[in-house]
Amino acid sequence: MLPLHFFLPAHPHIYTYLHFFHHIYNISNTLSLIKIRVSISHFQIQSPMETMNICCDQLKSANSKELHVLAVDDSNIDRKVIERLLKVSSFKVTVVDSGSRALQYLGLEEDTNSAQFDDLKVNLIMTDYSMPGMTGFELLKKIKNSSTLREIPVVIMSSENILTRIDRCLEEGAEDYLLKPVKLSDVRRLKDSILKSEGDEFRQTQSQKRKRNDDPSPVSPQKPTQKLARL
Amino acid sequence: MHRLVANTRKSFFDQGYLDEQFVQLEELQDNSNPNFVEEVVTLFYRDSARLLYNLDQALEKRPLDFNKLDSLMHQFKGSCSSIGAKKVKIECTNFKAYCNARNAEGCKRTFHHAKREYTTLKKKLESYFQMLRQVGPTEMACRPR
Repeated sequence: MLPLHFFLPAHPHIYTYLHFFHHIYNISNTLSLIKIRVSISHFQIQSPMETMNICCDQLKSANSKELHVLAVDDSNIDRKVIERLLKVSSFKVTVVDSGSRALQYLGLEEDTNSAQFDDLKVNLIMTDYSMPGMTGFELLKKIKNSSTLREIPVVIMSSENILTRIDRCLEEGAEDYLLKPVKLSDVRRLKDSILKSEGDEFRQTQSQKRKRNDDPSPVSPQKPTQKLARL
Repeated sequence: MHRLVANTRKSFFDQGYLDEQFVQLEELQDNSNPNFVEEVVTLFYRDSARLLYNLDQALEKRPLDFNKLDSLMHQFKGSCSSIGAKKVKIECTNFKAYCNARNAEGCKRTFHHAKREYTTLKKKLESYFQMLRQVGPTEMACRPR
């Protein structure tokens, strides 16, 4: 998963930037991202910031893969609205009407070879809390207890602003708790946070690779952000 | 005609029939989904007819099952909230309060009010969407925010 945002710590040492761009150059080579390679080769002429900005823009346009959200809600109306909210925010969306159907879908996803069926990979689950049969909370628990599914961020949606409920959901591993009706601004904020944490993961694995190669780079991985409920 | 549509729409907000959520729905409408708001509203009226029928039935039972009433009303209230049906939603909140208080008379009274607001809004929105259709899609583009 390619990160879209690069947060470079300010560093006086020019070699920090050189190492950074060296890695981007290698990646762009692998992915045949010619425009980025050209930008980096101009690094000596341009400033690091300018080069970085150009790289970011080009990576964004290169990365047309949309994040895939699985939305779960027993209400017809809410399903229609959340689907639209997500599509407008450039997510790929699958909507189901119950927790058990959600697990079915996710189970199917486990079976398929993820390398081939990248389209099915779910990047985020958004579930209503109050549903007949399996509640959103029960669904959250099942997902977090699954070795294959626990990495997928889960967001709870609820019309009720009950602090004990919010705490319980967050403690059980929910990424966020959104008050219904969910708004475009909520979805936008969620998207930024998911993209950033995917970027963090990328940087972490890259940083680990660098350490293994005995790289003298002083760049340190980003700390994971605090998860707070937005009310 | 454009002015009439704009004023009608404005009156819904000024008179408290609709809230911010309706505006959110309008923001989700575009050339690829030009009838989104009307679709959601139509779905709301179709869906809630069933809920209201169930509530009617539940209110006929003796003794009243307040937990069931609360649960049914919770669903209805959620739907009202999703389309921005402000006045109806207020009656739903009142109903839930009477449920909590195990006040049968209060429940029946507020349910009656809720149905009345629901029907009023339905008529207003139906004529509004009809007006919109007559005026054509350019109206949405000129709509003041």
